[in-house]
Amino acid sequence: MPISLSPQDTMALWVTFKLAVISTTILLVLCAPAAWWLAHTRWRGKVVVEALVTLPLVLPPTVLGFYLLLLLGPRGWVGGTLESMGFNHLAFSFTGLVIGSMIYSLPFVMQPLTNAFQATGTRVLEVAATLRASPLDRFFTIVAPLARRGFLTAAVLSFAHTLGEFGVIIMVGGNIPGQTQVASIAIYDHVEAMDYQSAHALALILVILSFSLLLAVYGLNRKFKVVGVGS
Amino acid sequence: MSIQARFRLERGDFTLDVDLQIPGKGVTALFGRSGSGKTTILRCLAGLEHIEDARLQFNGDLWQDATFFLPVHQRPLGYVFQEASLFPHLNARNNLLYGFKRIPAGERRVKLDDVVTLLGLETLLDRYPDALSGGQRQRVAIGRALLTSPQLLLMDEPMASLDVTSKGEILPYLERLRDELSIPVVYVSHSIEEVARLADHMVLLEAGRALAQGPLQTLLTRTDLPLAHSEQASAVIEGTVAVHHAPDHLTELAFAGGSLLISRQQRAVGTPLRARILARDVSVALTRPDASSVLNALQVRISDISDDPQPGHVILNLDAGGQTLLARISLRSCRQLALEKGQILWAMVKGVAVT
Repeated sequence: MPISLSPQDTMALWVTFKLAVISTTILLVLCAPAAWWLAHTRWRGKVVVEALVTLPLVLPPTVLGFYLLLLLGPRGWVGGTLESMGFNHLAFSFTGLVIGSMIYSLPFVMQPLTNAFQATGTRVLEVAATLRASPLDRFFTIVAPLARRGFLTAAVLSFAHTLGEFGVIIMVGGNIPGQTQVASIAIYDHVEAMDYQSAHALALILVILSFSLLLAVYGLNRKFKVVGVGS
Repeated sequence: MSIQARFRLERGDFTLDVDLQIPGKGVTALFGRSGSGKTTILRCLAGLEHIEDARLQFNGDLWQDATFFLPVHQRPLGYVFQEASLFPHLNARNNLLYGFKRIPAGERRVKLDDVVTLLGLETLLDRYPDALSGGQRQRVAIGRALLTSPQLLLMDEPMASLDVTSKGEILPYLERLRDELSIPVVYVSHSIEEVARLADHMVLLEAGRALAQGPLQTLLTRTDLPLAHSEQASAVIEGTVAVHHAPDHLTELAFAGGSLLISRQQRAVGTPLRARILARDVSVALTRPDASSVLNALQVRISDISDDPQPGHVILNLDAGGQTLLARISLRSCRQLALEKGQILWAMVKGVAVT
């Protein structure tokens, strides 16, 4: 059975990857400082933040998607404000999808980063400070290299998780081909229409791509293996 | 006085309240038990701890007061932590060069080669921290701090986490540092042997307060302080190598109060040398003891007699040419010899530890 994709399916794959890359990148940038803070703060309210950050993990994606739809839609707090400022609301838009994916994948980025930062500890940073390294310098020359496995894990989990996203997207994004239709929804559509061959093609591509991605990452991870973070 | 520091802090049941004057050269030991505030003071000096009620001035430059705080990375200091804390992702060479690269080229007075030679790191440069022994790591950590050409070196019990062998390996290097560096060193320790070996100046800490601060020799022998009454009570004599008696495997150390014979030292004639003499190793006699196996007898004058916490004992302060020896003798001997202040007698020294 030759794998052939309709232009619409190719588009859906493209939207999926664009979504995964963009939301993972933004998440990593935003979560690095947040996870750093969470790993080292002694603030008592920390548990509330931890619970909130983990919430998307336990909530059904449809619940998440539903609230996001209300929030980002024309009558929602965010969407409404945007409309009154002359912009479009965010429901059924690619931007809306990115926001949804970011919230959906948040715990998958925060957890590995927080763990990695906790393992790094603060002593090496104190040492770096006494060696004249400014805070930003310390982050890039000490924290980032020591926590690189954490960053890698976070990126892979977030990327893979977004590839398989369904519930949030169908609620927030609708199913607009070329804009908000992603591969997982396209497969569902094909199955509904009894077009198993197209569903097969897309599904197989996703399996192969995901597997290759993980294979590459675990290979890299082995190579990256850093010596223990003791003294 | 090069460092003037006032730190006040209340944290739980711990209160720190010190006003310190630390000289601009030589090694100053912050000495006290654990919990006396030594490390906190060192961290405050470095700026690793930012306490509100503090004022700190270094060589006339303000580092901290009520409204100003110079961040750690802008202070020209080197800090050696208790554990070496090398960066695990960098090899020894790159650990050494981390700080070096971050100071302006014009300020790099200490070069990699100097440090490698001084600390014996020739064969270690390409190794990663997990392939180094405890003592080797600490040597790299010391070198790393020195390579920032610091104007002040802070050391927090750099030997505390090391076993006896590694300690023996590090100590000679620390002594070389003391002799070859022209910058002040503040050294935290709870080991009086280490302090007696390395320090010139001392701050005696107890429960967050400075009981006393001053020259090492003075504080060791002040009988109003706990040191002179401890089991390890001792005095330090500073002299120079006068002559080697090769056949007897002895070296003669000369000072204003006479000379001491010590075990053979590999030091050139004329170099300064320190000897530590424990109070319990000194006994006294009214006349010169000619028929005795004790090598060293010094003519001294009693400058003070004080009670010792050990029942039945007294501590004598003995002036030997301006330097002070301590002797712990029995109360009975003191009475029988009718010892009193100002009396001239002979001190017999049974053991000398060279430092």
